[in-house]
Amino acid sequence: MNKLYIFLKYFFIVVWTVFVVAPFLWALTTSFKDFQSVNGGVTYIPWVDFEPNLEGWKVLIKSPAKGGVDIIEPYFNSLFVTCTASLISIILGTLSAYALSRYTFKAGFVKNNDITFFFISQRIMPPIVLSIPFFLFLSSINLLDSLTGLIVVYIVLLMPIAVWIMVDFFNKVPREIDETALIDGCNPYQAFLKVVLPNSIPGLIVAGMFCIIFGWIDFFFAFILTFTEVQLLPVKIVALNSSVTPWWSLSASALVSVAPLIIVAFIVERYLSKGNLSGAIK
Amino acid sequence: MNFKHKYFFLFPGLFVLIGILIFPIIFVVRLSLSGWNSYNPGLDYIGLENYIRLFTDDPRFWESFFRLSFLSVTTVILQYVIGFALAHMVWKDIKFKRFFRVLFLVPMMTTPVIMTVIWRTFFHESLGPVNDLLSVFGVAPKWLTDPVIAKFTVIIVEVWQWTPFMFLLLLAGLLSLPKEPFLAAAIDGASPVRKFIYVTFPLMAPISIGAIIIRLIEASKIMDTVYVLTSGGPGTSTETSSFYIFIKGLREFQMGYAASMSFTYLIIMIISLTIIAKVLTKVLLKE
Repeated sequence: MNKLYIFLKYFFIVVWTVFVVAPFLWALTTSFKDFQSVNGGVTYIPWVDFEPNLEGWKVLIKSPAKGGVDIIEPYFNSLFVTCTASLISIILGTLSAYALSRYTFKAGFVKNNDITFFFISQRIMPPIVLSIPFFLFLSSINLLDSLTGLIVVYIVLLMPIAVWIMVDFFNKVPREIDETALIDGCNPYQAFLKVVLPNSIPGLIVAGMFCIIFGWIDFFFAFILTFTEVQLLPVKIVALNSSVTPWWSLSASALVSVAPLIIVAFIVERYLSKGNLSGAIK
Repeated sequence: MNFKHKYFFLFPGLFVLIGILIFPIIFVVRLSLSGWNSYNPGLDYIGLENYIRLFTDDPRFWESFFRLSFLSVTTVILQYVIGFALAHMVWKDIKFKRFFRVLFLVPMMTTPVIMTVIWRTFFHESLGPVNDLLSVFGVAPKWLTDPVIAKFTVIIVEVWQWTPFMFLLLLAGLLSLPKEPFLAAAIDGASPVRKFIYVTFPLMAPISIGAIIIRLIEASKIMDTVYVLTSGGPGTSTETSSFYIFIKGLREFQMGYAASMSFTYLIIMIISLTIIAKVLTKVLLKE
């Protein structure tokens, strides 16, 4: 019984590992292929099945005029939009989360929990519902196809995540520490900045990571609200997909685009193993 | 504590969110009562005409909605079962525990549409590795162009992409469980299976509900994967609600009609997610 269980366990883990790794391996080998080894039947192992070359990777740094794929500018656009929107969401979200965790609000039948729910429930909003009015609005104030417009939209996507994680986190930070600070003569803002925030760094990092993940991977809004002036990375890669870009440079650019956030997986795992995430994610 | 300060903490975030959201939502409702299209852009008033058309004369919307329900419920169930199994396996000591934890998290860090671009080459009918390996058995499924199989391709890609999120939520939950019930079970000499059924699973019920609801919310937005993988095709066989609204609104520019669909869709989402949350709470917490 026990042996069977252990066998099944490792069998399942191996199968899943293969499934997780497969598309990455496929993309990695494809990125070194040439025309013949892509279109002349499926090839797998470099040097055995096909002769690897660096053509797919070289086009990444070439200018578009010389047949490059020009993903450098979209890369920085994506980075800028994601970081700015995450930063704003974290700052505003943390302040609101702190208020919701420490003070009581009451306006008619609306209480703390309802306000928290209002924040979080924005994730329920299907992006398509917002995209049509945003499209018309941004075009009427000339912010369509601009980074500013995107940042505004991304705040709606990301602030709920920040509030959700931070409310839970602040609930676990003992109230005594802010009370002590207040007795020591701090005003509430100083108590928040000097005492509560330094004790909330793990929560802030987790919230930050999730904001960055969900900002970086969004395609929908970038796809609808931008065209040619600014392009974000996912939109650019999808555009490559529908043009005549060969598989090898497509694979190389896809790999370069998904690479940075894989580091985040290591950070998340570290927090998970230290037990910091269980407080931050309910 | 001082009365005023709390508003300074709460309001910036709250007002920014409301400020960004309130006009779009009012606007969607108003727009849904107009006949805004590419010939006639403007907020005229045509009453409930769009809604009447939607409820009496548009099977395609309802088909896309049922398809969406099928896709999201199936993927979330698969993600829950697989995610729970994976989390349970790397919860206690196994070799290379941390390596597997990182590895199982990786897919959710990758951009869905970009990975879908790779999946498209992966499932390519003549040049992709899947059909090449399957040709040993003499089968060559049409992964992207068969109306039935294409649905499963979408499910496979979604499961690959988002099982890690379920895994993360459930593993975080497992790691936060109290130790005492497990000690008691060990003293009683419970078998692993019984331990799971009577201790682990009931303790995980609240976390499971949370995780399933979160994933259902996110899964109900399936659209970008579908757009890249199959563009809703073949025909309309993988078209989801969002995608159909997108086609009507931002491709055919029937803004008024699309707004009425998206408002209906929003209301259905809120109602059905609330019901699902209530039912799940009842079923899972009873045990």
